[in-house]
Amino acid sequence: MVAPRVVADSGPPDGAPMAAAGTGTGHYRLSHLRALEAQSIHIFREVAAEFERPTLLFSGGKDSIVMLHLARKAFWPAPVPFPVLHVDTGRNFEEVLEFRDRHTAELGVRLVVARVQDDIDAGRTVEDNVPGATRNRLQTPTLLRAIAEGRHDAVFGGARRDEEKARAKERIFSFRDEFGQWDPKNQRPELWNLYNARHNKGEHIRVFPLSNWTELDIWNYIGNEGIDVPQIYYAHRREVFERDSMLMAVTEHLAPEAGVPVFETMVRFRTVGDADCTGCVESMAENVDLVITEVAGTRLTERGATRADDRISEAGMEDRKREGYF
Amino acid sequence: MPELLRLATAGSVDDGKSTLIGRLLYDAKGIFEDQLESIRHTSEQRGGAETDLALLTDGLRAEREQGITIDVAYRYFATPKRKFIIADTPGHTEYTRNMVTGASNAHLALILIDARKGVIEQTRRHAFLSSMLGVPHMVVCINKMDLIEWDQERYERIKSELMEFAARLNVHDITFIPVSALLGDNVVQRSEHLWWYDGSPLLSHLESVYIGSDENFIDPRFPVQYVIRSQTPENPDFRGYAGTVASGVLRPGDDVLVTPTGTTSRIASIMTADGEVAEAFPPMSVVITLDDDIAVSRGDILCRPNNRPTVSHDVEATVCWMDERSSLAEGRSYLLKHSTRTVRAMAQTLHYRLDINGLHRDETASKLELNEVGRLTFRCTEPLLVDDYTTNRSTGSFIIIDPTTNATVGAGVIRVLATTHASPNVVRHDGRLSRLDRFAALGTSGGTVLFTGLSGAGKSTLAAGVEEAFVRTGRPAFLLDGDNLRHGLNADLGFSDQDRTENVRRAGEVAAMFAEAGALALIALICPFDEDRRLIRTLHEQDGLPFAEVFVDTSIEECERRDAKGLYARARAGQLPGFTGIDSAYEVPAHPDLVVGPDAGSLSEQVSLVLGLLDNLLR
Repeated sequence: MVAPRVVADSGPPDGAPMAAAGTGTGHYRLSHLRALEAQSIHIFREVAAEFERPTLLFSGGKDSIVMLHLARKAFWPAPVPFPVLHVDTGRNFEEVLEFRDRHTAELGVRLVVARVQDDIDAGRTVEDNVPGATRNRLQTPTLLRAIAEGRHDAVFGGARRDEEKARAKERIFSFRDEFGQWDPKNQRPELWNLYNARHNKGEHIRVFPLSNWTELDIWNYIGNEGIDVPQIYYAHRREVFERDSMLMAVTEHLAPEAGVPVFETMVRFRTVGDADCTGCVESMAENVDLVITEVAGTRLTERGATRADDRISEAGMEDRKREGYF
Repeated sequence: MPELLRLATAGSVDDGKSTLIGRLLYDAKGIFEDQLESIRHTSEQRGGAETDLALLTDGLRAEREQGITIDVAYRYFATPKRKFIIADTPGHTEYTRNMVTGASNAHLALILIDARKGVIEQTRRHAFLSSMLGVPHMVVCINKMDLIEWDQERYERIKSELMEFAARLNVHDITFIPVSALLGDNVVQRSEHLWWYDGSPLLSHLESVYIGSDENFIDPRFPVQYVIRSQTPENPDFRGYAGTVASGVLRPGDDVLVTPTGTTSRIASIMTADGEVAEAFPPMSVVITLDDDIAVSRGDILCRPNNRPTVSHDVEATVCWMDERSSLAEGRSYLLKHSTRTVRAMAQTLHYRLDINGLHRDETASKLELNEVGRLTFRCTEPLLVDDYTTNRSTGSFIIIDPTTNATVGAGVIRVLATTHASPNVVRHDGRLSRLDRFAALGTSGGTVLFTGLSGAGKSTLAAGVEEAFVRTGRPAFLLDGDNLRHGLNADLGFSDQDRTENVRRAGEVAAMFAEAGALALIALICPFDEDRRLIRTLHEQDGLPFAEVFVDTSIEECERRDAKGLYARARAGQLPGFTGIDSAYEVPAHPDLVVGPDAGSLSEQVSLVLGLLDNLLR
């Protein structure tokens, strides 16, 4: 566990009073991280009260870890009243899968794994037969199958509005029709903190408790709360090679084309997706404080820097979201 | 410890809104290089010479294709002082619902005006909606100052034009800033061209505007969201009430009342996953445990025994309709989601539809269409626990859901009439004298007459005549003139609906005190709405004080011909929007005690008519 600490642009550490000392009404102030935390907790409780069978998408990535941490806070001292779901593409980083299993076991939450490979084997989806094809698009049918099988009416996702411009347009309670589709032009107005949970059987609502958090907020919160994340988020030595001006890690899922040099350097991952389409960045940030400093100074978005899947086209994310992607 | 400031911007690309936001984000390092590279690339592909910063916020394909903003986009940036969330909303009339969505949570509304065009319909719409949604602070950027040669006089003219309009709204903090978003003048850096402007540039203002008092820390309201039960070894029989503090401050040991059930208990502890806290205030999410084992469930509100929300089946509200497929009409059934409670409700009465541009009330309207605003009363199958929106955004708002489509079709801000709003912990102090003792000892008898009618109808003249007749015969009387009150007691009030009602309420309260003291109180006030006149009457009748309503029935043509104060001429010229009789209705009194019409004769004859009425009234 990382020790709690105070850094620039953060709230008080664990145990510190939530209100600032002071006089007058200025006394009743929350730091912006505490305000974000309170809003997320409100969203979790609202879902638990209004839905029958929620689930939480848990990938072992930092956003889903923070989301699960907030869920525990929302229902404490009772346990989290729903299972978590991972869509396993079969291309994940080994370290992240280990973390996923260990972390959920430690927290005592039920983990359901939906495998893309199962859908391929059953002939429900077909893998692209070109070299270098990723399984990014194949996640969607597997996710929708898992939602249908679990009869889930609410699905928590860790998407943040600062990540990507289509996500910037998404509601906190985002309606999905019976085909799991998002219709960006026909979204429900969302006012105050009144969330419309109504849906018919077979339809569901995607819920995004981290909508208003930024990458820097997430890291500050991880630091403040002492939240454990997979080690690949911190700087480590690794064999990498360059592809489309991104650094890719050599793993069982990915090797360079012939003639592309492999070299060892200090890197860390800003996002964690499939090993065959997630790049890493050169970094010396070995702990959470250094990561916060690095993120605060970066001039590239995390997805722009490290995600090949988002470079497909200007509307790449919107199109995948319309089909039912996270 | 940086604070969070949520701001809503509204406007079209033409106003330079996207350029302004782009400038703000870029200069505050809120744009990343890959984002900038991506839109630079797109701009070039389209043959644009300059990078179109609007592409930053237009996240949907249709938006980029059509070059318009359709939906709210959220942008984030931070400075060492604050973290900002911008809800960037489109400006067109057809996207009013998106503007309302963005403004509902905002601390501050940023309105853009193109200095070449001045105040346009869209500007008034933004100002009105921000006011309706109770956004506490408004910043008006008058943009493109470079294109009008930094002309101070034109800036001042636009400013005073909008101030005239804003005076009729419920806006208490409005700041004007002349800027050139394109050149960066007064956005982050102070402008040399605008040397005559002595305020802060936009970013400094956003960093320093005081938002600490925007929350209500007075009236404790804790809507129970979820009941947490736990049976662990440490907590064998735990039951706590989870929720977000809507308003007020709650502490362990506080006596609480559970509405609507009416049971009382005491707060045992206030817990969070990080431990117990000594106090909870908005917007904290906490768990409250009570001393007593009583039934509390989702939808209930914990409050203080002597400070509680209004519990009512009938809810009156200003509603914005947001559905394109249906209209809001009397008799239709909906679901209202208010706080943590969802109830079935029928639209019982549509009182009027409001023309946002001129603030004119159309009482003949039979329905509300997409993006229209009106005043309604809903009849609910279960009671709602409400507060007036101006005192409590959380317990004063609801959304309307169509039970057949499940869509969110409207939003309402609740109006609780002032007379029902007295804080119940203020106890009346009775003096030693009864009213009859007092009147007998003084040899007098108190009461109130309300003179209502159009501006220039002759209300004050008539009331002054009655006052003189009384005083000259040794009977105490005092004229409370609407205009005069606005110079003193009501100097803080503008001309919004809320302020007008408050103006009337105060006049009524003061009159009742004069009457109680044994004088004849004469109120001369336009008082155009039946609801407000009823309010004054109720106030007196509740206390058993004599009250009469005199309708000074002078035609609009005659009033306009007289135009002693030159107000009609200004109203006709569009300088006084919402002027009674011109573009705001005067509801003719249905049951006045006396009508002084055009045939009532000379002033002294009119005075005699009123004195005759008073003979009966005061006895």
